Amino acid sequence: MELDREERALLAGERGDAARRALEYQIEVGRFWGARRFVRVTNVHMMGDIEVMGDGGLEWLREQAEQGARCRVATTTNARCIDFAHCERLGQDAAEVAKERELIACLRRMDVVTTDTCINYQSVYQPHLGEHVAWGDTGTVIYANSVFGARSNFESGPAALAAALTGRTPEYGFHLDAHRRGTIAVRLEAALDDLADWGALGKLVGEANQSYTAVPVFHGFGRTPIADELKHLGAALASYGSMGMFHFVGVTPEAPSLAAALGGNAPGAQRVISGADIDQVYRGYGLGDGDARLVVFSGPQQSLFEMKQLAELFAGRRVAPGSSCFVTSNAGVLAQARRLGYAQALEGAGATLLEGVCFYILQNLTPMRVANRWTNMVSNSAKIVNIIGAHRFNTVLRRTRDCVEIACSGELR
Amino acid sequence: MSVIRVQRAFGAPVEGEALVSEEGFSPRYDLDRWSGLITKPGHRLEGQSIVDKVCFFPTAKGGIAAGWAFYDIKWKKIAPKAFVFGVTNPVMVQGAIFAGIPITEGWEPDARTVVHSGDWVRVDPGRRLIEVLRTLT
Repeated sequence: MELDREERALLAGERGDAARRALEYQIEVGRFWGARRFVRVTNVHMMGDIEVMGDGGLEWLREQAEQGARCRVATTTNARCIDFAHCERLGQDAAEVAKERELIACLRRMDVVTTDTCINYQSVYQPHLGEHVAWGDTGTVIYANSVFGARSNFESGPAALAAALTGRTPEYGFHLDAHRRGTIAVRLEAALDDLADWGALGKLVGEANQSYTAVPVFHGFGRTPIADELKHLGAALASYGSMGMFHFVGVTPEAPSLAAALGGNAPGAQRVISGADIDQVYRGYGLGDGDARLVVFSGPQQSLFEMKQLAELFAGRRVAPGSSCFVTSNAGVLAQARRLGYAQALEGAGATLLEGVCFYILQNLTPMRVANRWTNMVSNSAKIVNIIGAHRFNTVLRRTRDCVEIACSGELR
Repeated sequence: MSVIRVQRAFGAPVEGEALVSEEGFSPRYDLDRWSGLITKPGHRLEGQSIVDKVCFFPTAKGGIAAGWAFYDIKWKKIAPKAFVFGVTNPVMVQGAIFAGIPITEGWEPDARTVVHSGDWVRVDPGRRLIEVLRTLT
């Protein structure tokens, strides 16, 4: 890789050992992908919590902090695995809770802004067209590339942290024009009235085209989608298809027309998604033993408008006896939701609001499932019904209103 | 002896028993990160262990968390010897390099046509080659 003067200085250790090792690591990653050089990034979003990092990761992080690792650009954190206000009631391990506190302290020493959110793009930082960033989780990356026209690859925790320490990332993948052109055209005939429908769309297109280099172009939709709809679409495309970018003709900044979005690529077989295709997705979930006692609104965290909608749907109702309903968001959204009364409405209905976490990464989730004898998990998020599999839940995707009905009736349909 | 050429590769040469999947992989969605067993219900390799295997997967699934997960399973001594992907994504590569686990992408021919679970294979990232040294049958 070509290195500029600053990168050569980093490599010579002029900015400390942690930054030098970070750049060495980034060079290996860049070499693998054939990157010719680095691009400077303005913002980093990283995943780092004890559930995902484990003891080895914490030990590594502790060393970094002790060796003076410091972020060179604004760096925020993704949703984590422990809500300190709820960890005892959830039966999370006290030892892991203590490690999570230490881990957060290490990150803060390194000047990481611990926002603990997977919706940074809705609530913390919105990069502009062409801005290079280094983000993870996948939902944040696909939103940045697609909706903002910013440029990021999927950056895992260690890779994002390396970018934070060096202020750059190898130039490959979505940093380059060539990889941002559409590769698949998808004409929309479905109405897509519910957020879950957008996730179902992402599942259909993602599952059928699993590839990081596949870039679907959606066209033919009759109205302007809202941010939460694009969020559920992106999260599902990334989750089922490992995709990092999509275009939406007339909506996203690099798709003024179908031809522009494809950028000369042949669109391949024209795919059409109808309302019947979306309905078929819902019918595809087995109901297992019919257990309806766990309903989750999470993965991604809820926006303020999602909180408002849930508060309205739960108004005058209560979560069924023996059932649990979890709603997760970040501290900022929850503070506003409380000020506006949505949080109280949801808690009054018997839902549990968790802050700064995502349900599927909760520490101790498998023992939690066993202790509660949960077999099914119902959600309106196509992403979470996909991603929680390793914890051996049978998962069921349902529309938002149906999820609320299931939570309050205790009956799975 | 069958030979597979790979497009991109990282790591030191390793030998090991092959575990060949028809389905893609994510260490978050599919793997129990305490036992090294694939536990996602319905995964084509459900119940199989990846520990010390050379793992062949056609695709990578989702997941930023793989970056830490590979380091975590290496630290717990339940990591595979190498990952061989048909098509992968940056997270798998970033994670494998961070953990020091050899990883390759792109195969010719399709590894699934010449390697089967239980075969003994050698992954040579420097030469961009995978050799099938012994077949199970």
